[in-house]
Amino acid sequence: MCNQAVGLVAAELERQGIATVVLQLLREVAERVRPPRALFVPFPHGYPMGKPEDPAQQHAVLEAALHILEDRSLTPPALVDHTP
Amino acid sequence: MGTMSEFPLSLRLFLKAYPWRRIDPVPWTPLAKPLSESRLALLSSAGFVVPGQEPFDAAVRGGDVSFRDIPAGVDVRTLADTHRSESFDHSGLREDPNVAFPIDRIRELAARGRIGSMNHRHLSFMGSITAPGRLVRHTGPEAARRLVADGVDVALLVPV
Repeated sequence: MCNQAVGLVAAELERQGIATVVLQLLREVAERVRPPRALFVPFPHGYPMGKPEDPAQQHAVLEAALHILEDRSLTPPALVDHTP
Repeated sequence: MGTMSEFPLSLRLFLKAYPWRRIDPVPWTPLAKPLSESRLALLSSAGFVVPGQEPFDAAVRGGDVSFRDIPAGVDVRTLADTHRSESFDHSGLREDPNVAFPIDRIRELAARGRIGSMNHRHLSFMGSITAPGRLVRHTGPEAARRLVADGVDVALLVPV
């Protein structure tokens, strides 16, 4: 449900002119809801940025998300896998 | 890996039959300027509130679609997890809220110029929304209007 909610809010932001990237924890939900730009992260529910107290891993997730915003070859809906 | 198998059988059956909202057409705003000149806002569905704010209400039928402003200067350790869902492990984000609300990391990105700036506020939702009609029609667009008025260029949205 969280995955769907952030996708729907991201769509509203995009409609109003804000570029977005969402993290997604369930690939099948991302494929059905189709957020404009999504990074699928291979972590359990409750851990979208990875392990607690691991700034390096959290930065790796953020950097992957920022790359999606910068990648001009992507087309909507863009779903990219994060490989830590 | 996040999979349906993490959930109890009753929830898996519910999700299997659930009519997910398909975004169609998919809206798309290209990046208008380099990230090093862009203002970023963070949106979380982890149900966080700052001290003194009204907790999210798990009793609302179909889900609580309201949202809270989280000031950019907040000490992330003071955020309270008011998400009532039992379908995920809360212990990680209680130990380190950056697991679901990475504001310390985003401050570091702004400090080293990877992004231009962080918005003066971020937005917190609670994600157990099974009936998202009011989210799509009302609070989602309202959240977007506020961020547009703030001059936000890009947003990162984090589910839990």
